[in-house]
Amino acid sequence: MIKLTDVVQCFGEHEVLRGVSLQIRKGEIFGLLGPSGAGKTTLIKIVTGQLKPSAGQVMVNGKNAADLNGSMYLRMGIMMDSYGLYGRLSCYDNLRLFAKIYGTAEGKIDEVLKKVGLLEAKKCPAGKLSKGMRGRLALARAVMNEPEILFLDEPTSGLDPAATKQIHELLLAEQEKNTTIFLTTHNMAEAEKLCSHVALLNEGTIVEYGEPKEICRKYNHQNQLQIRLYDGRYLELKNDCRAVGTLQTYLEQGMIETIHSTEPNLETVFMELTGKGLV
Amino acid sequence: MRNIKAVFWKQIRDTLKNKTILIQFVMFPFMAFVMEQAVVMEEMPDHFFVNLFSSMYVGMAPLIVMSAILAEEKEDCTLKVLLMSDVKPIEYLTGTGGYVWSACMLGSCVLGLVGGYQGREFAAFLGIMAGGIAASLFVGAAIGTWSKNQMMATSIGVPVMMLFSFLPMLSMFNETVHKIAGIFYSEQVRILIDQMGQHGMEMKSFVVIFLNMAAALCCFVLAYRKCGLS
Repeated sequence: MIKLTDVVQCFGEHEVLRGVSLQIRKGEIFGLLGPSGAGKTTLIKIVTGQLKPSAGQVMVNGKNAADLNGSMYLRMGIMMDSYGLYGRLSCYDNLRLFAKIYGTAEGKIDEVLKKVGLLEAKKCPAGKLSKGMRGRLALARAVMNEPEILFLDEPTSGLDPAATKQIHELLLAEQEKNTTIFLTTHNMAEAEKLCSHVALLNEGTIVEYGEPKEICRKYNHQNQLQIRLYDGRYLELKNDCRAVGTLQTYLEQGMIETIHSTEPNLETVFMELTGKGLV
Repeated sequence: MRNIKAVFWKQIRDTLKNKTILIQFVMFPFMAFVMEQAVVMEEMPDHFFVNLFSSMYVGMAPLIVMSAILAEEKEDCTLKVLLMSDVKPIEYLTGTGGYVWSACMLGSCVLGLVGGYQGREFAAFLGIMAGGIAASLFVGAAIGTWSKNQMMATSIGVPVMMLFSFLPMLSMFNETVHKIAGIFYSEQVRILIDQMGQHGMEMKSFVVIFLNMAAALCCFVLAYRKCGLS
């Protein structure tokens, strides 16, 4: 569906992307993770044809991304970090404009507004919405034409947990319709929850790629069980058969207050690989 | 055609809520109406204020409105979103330009009615205004395309607008200004409107308006090639 081969992007002397290669399959949610300034937005701009790479090739649906044209854009939904909404127009009119462009029935507008939880604010000018609501309106516009591919740049950035949950549900519903979703985020919990594959981008290079759980398992070097007992003691046991006896004793005596395994999350993997966090 | 209609519709909805743009369309027709009613002086030419304000309207409204719309859309990234939704640059420009031209022609109708023009004179008045508005639109489109944001569009647009809209008025009081102003379309619009009720209109004025239009179109093409629309 989407294939990047040795993509390089330079702005003057500064090399923002350094030979990025990726493959995203149809119907999957792919997450591009990285800290601010890692090159995520640059990469999404290249994949959506807004930017021509300095070197390398990007294919979207078998076509070179640099040659994407109108009819192909009609099969995509794009939500960039700058939402591109008409501030004086109401939520409804913002979507109505694109319903006219896409040739979508106007009845669809209320349906999409309801999906993103903005039906009650349909008459409110987009410029008077909160950041989270504007994000949801931009997402509503992106999904209105039932795209085959959705490109989302930080879709839940700055949203409250309730709005984030609503967006996640919407994205999962889109995936069920076999929509391919390419999202960038620096929220590792979001990536773990939604994405079938993630790539960790640091300083223009993919430092790790795979399924989130698989990546975490791969970097589970400690492989320990951390146990806190009611008497205040804290134990670390190797996570193998040797721990069975000790665990059984504490369980039988009802002494265990908490027990955790030490598998890392994506953030700790990223820190291990780069020496810095996903901020 | 669908996209042009959509952009045209969007612009109507947006203008109704955008006082800055709305005022550009109604200011001169309203002022002409008030001044024609309020000021009566001996030896003042017929339709003095309508004729003067019409040329100022041509030099100001389409230029400022077109550049402001383009620059705002670029700054807010709405134009980029439109272009990535299968709206081609020519469709966007036709929709927006068509809207600004139509709105200005509506204002011109009001000016013509305030001036008491009827029949062939009214048609000739509208014809002259149509040419002047088109030339001004191209200048506005060139400025809007060249500008990265609204502040830049205002910085470039206001001096250019003052040149085109105030020279016709100043040229009535100063011979040197009159000679210089003659190379600009807004002055030729004023001359043509003045000539309407008297004797035949000069071909030279039409040629100057056409050349201005061609020069503005060239400026727009250059700006488009250099900056694009997104």
